[in-house]
Amino acid sequence: MSRKASGLKAWFVQRVTAIYIGLFAIYLLIKLTIGAPAYFAEWKAWLGNPLVSVAALLFFVTVLLHAWIGVRDIVIDYIWNTSQRMVALSIIGLFLIACGLWAAQILILARI
Amino acid sequence: MQTTKRPVHLDIPKIELPIAAFMSILHRATGAIMFLALPVLLYLLDLSLTDPEGYQRAGEIMHNWFFVLLTFVLVWSLMHHLLAGIRYLLIDIHIGVDKPDFRQSAQAVTFVAPVVALILTGALL
Repeated sequence: MSRKASGLKAWFVQRVTAIYIGLFAIYLLIKLTIGAPAYFAEWKAWLGNPLVSVAALLFFVTVLLHAWIGVRDIVIDYIWNTSQRMVALSIIGLFLIACGLWAAQILILARI
Repeated sequence: MQTTKRPVHLDIPKIELPIAAFMSILHRATGAIMFLALPVLLYLLDLSLTDPEGYQRAGEIMHNWFFVLLTFVLVWSLMHHLLAGIRYLLIDIHIGVDKPDFRQSAQAVTFVAPVVALILTGALL
């Protein structure tokens, strides 16, 4: 199994997603400390706002991509056996996709 | 994968890490911690958005002492990972590459992160 693999695409995706995640996380922290929704209706209304909802969905997409690249690096560094590595990456990949689908459900249903 | 007979030094207590290396391994560890916390956070989000009772229940869980500890660990993880990440992005565009900046920024990240995390955890809860 030999294929020239450049890490450039992953490197770039990791940086771009990092920037969006960083900006959204800062916004989230400020919002939750200074202007936190005080009760259920406010909370649901805030996340139901289309702008916030899309930004949050995008946040989860970027987190998934960013986390995949990061954890993949960890697996590549510490799991050297080919079959163990394949199993680990498969489980982690499916897990992240499942988390994404769950987040999508939660956020989309919050708009109803 | 290669198999060599070269000696390996993994005597962890004896290894002295420079501050930048320590910050770096924490960057990886905090990333992993947040990755593992994803389902927990999603569960809380789900619960809090279901109905007012769920929102109530989510609030109770978050004020349980164990959860306060967990929240601090996660906020610290986020702060460390975020600040270290910003340091790396700046180094990518050649800011802070030379000494003493390289070392001082690593120190700053490592010590500012838990302080900010403490303040934020208090403010969030």
